[in-house]
Amino acid sequence: MSQDEREPPYLYPDYVGTRLRAPAKPLVNLPQGFHDFPAPLFPRAIAELDHDLTRQHAGEPIGERIIVTGRVLDSDGRPLRNTIVEVWQANAAGRYLDQDDQHPAPLDPNFSGAGGCLTDDDGRYRFITIKPGAYPWKNHRNAWRPAHIHFSLVGSQFRSRLVTQMYFPGDPLMPRDPILQSIPDQAGRDRLVSLFDPQTTVPEWALAYRWDIVLRGRTATPFEDET
Amino acid sequence: MSGPLTPSQTVGPFFGVGLPFEKGEQMVPPGSAGLIRIEGQVFDGNGEPVPDALLELWQPDDRGHYRTVVDGDATRGKSRGPSTGFGRCRTDSEGAFSFVTVKPGATPAPDGRMQAPHVNVTVFARGLLRHLVTRMYFPDETDANATDPVLNLVEPTRRETLIAKNCGGVLHFDVRLQGEQETVFFAI
Repeated sequence: MSQDEREPPYLYPDYVGTRLRAPAKPLVNLPQGFHDFPAPLFPRAIAELDHDLTRQHAGEPIGERIIVTGRVLDSDGRPLRNTIVEVWQANAAGRYLDQDDQHPAPLDPNFSGAGGCLTDDDGRYRFITIKPGAYPWKNHRNAWRPAHIHFSLVGSQFRSRLVTQMYFPGDPLMPRDPILQSIPDQAGRDRLVSLFDPQTTVPEWALAYRWDIVLRGRTATPFEDET
Repeated sequence: MSGPLTPSQTVGPFFGVGLPFEKGEQMVPPGSAGLIRIEGQVFDGNGEPVPDALLELWQPDDRGHYRTVVDGDATRGKSRGPSTGFGRCRTDSEGAFSFVTVKPGATPAPDGRMQAPHVNVTVFARGLLRHLVTRMYFPDETDANATDPVLNLVEPTRRETLIAKNCGGVLHFDVRLQGEQETVFFAI
């Protein structure tokens, strides 16, 4: 299976939003190396406390406090250090701080739902946040998104760029979610589901979830020809 | 030790709290020499504006050098000029976006041929399970565009979707996700 076959297709009719937005004409292939240029400097400042989404307001947000941590690796298994990780999510009630979010669930004055950090020398990131709630969307009758945190990574190369979503283990909404199910194989879908991480859990304070992220490297890496 | 790559998922409709940042669309300070303005709209397959898209521009500097991440400091690096070569802008209710930058220099392709000056454009949106990649070329580079190795891979009738139009000094570049005038997108 090539990497392209592991990714979701652009057109996935069960996710209604793809129908008028997926390109209808084939993408143009460039010769090897044309997308091998390094990531530019990232102009957004990341502050020390941006990794803690529970300390951005006067009070603590409502919800289940969690730690989300993992490593960012390239396809050769090398850690990507000092790389940007941006996250955003709904609050514990399943509501985003967004004027277009019409879900009749409460906003939390102590939770904005956005954060960022740089990975450390082992490629590790760590966020403190609250577990996001599931929420309804109008894709089909009684459609609900499983709880998820959005992740955006720039990586080291133009080809590394990734925006994706992290899910939580055991969520019964996952098999019914066309966005997650757009990924063709179960192994690929499983790669978006975090693991409960008892070692990182802090007693009397917060449960922890671990989720590693693997980004594309340069095309010279042999990985994509495997299997 | 690493497994296969982590698959992509859509940015969804609510990325506004997380991804846009202040002055993300100003890739150079106001008043910079050689400043250019890029404006456009994103349209869906019905020709309707897409109000929940996010565009990123990645480009080299005016001499064709990509200003790259310096090991140990991804956000500041050893800057030699005012621009980092990275811009980010979400679309508004009309599907419109705008950037302020400088015109990039020409860059060599991996095979040594010169590429015409261009800006790499990445498109994210609700309904895009993976991001899309395209390029914006410049209307005043007729000769360089004619020999550009990437433009020459594109059917001649579709090349114009990649070349901005000069509208009174502003470069106009629309992105059509689907349909008759669909923008050319490149496999990543």
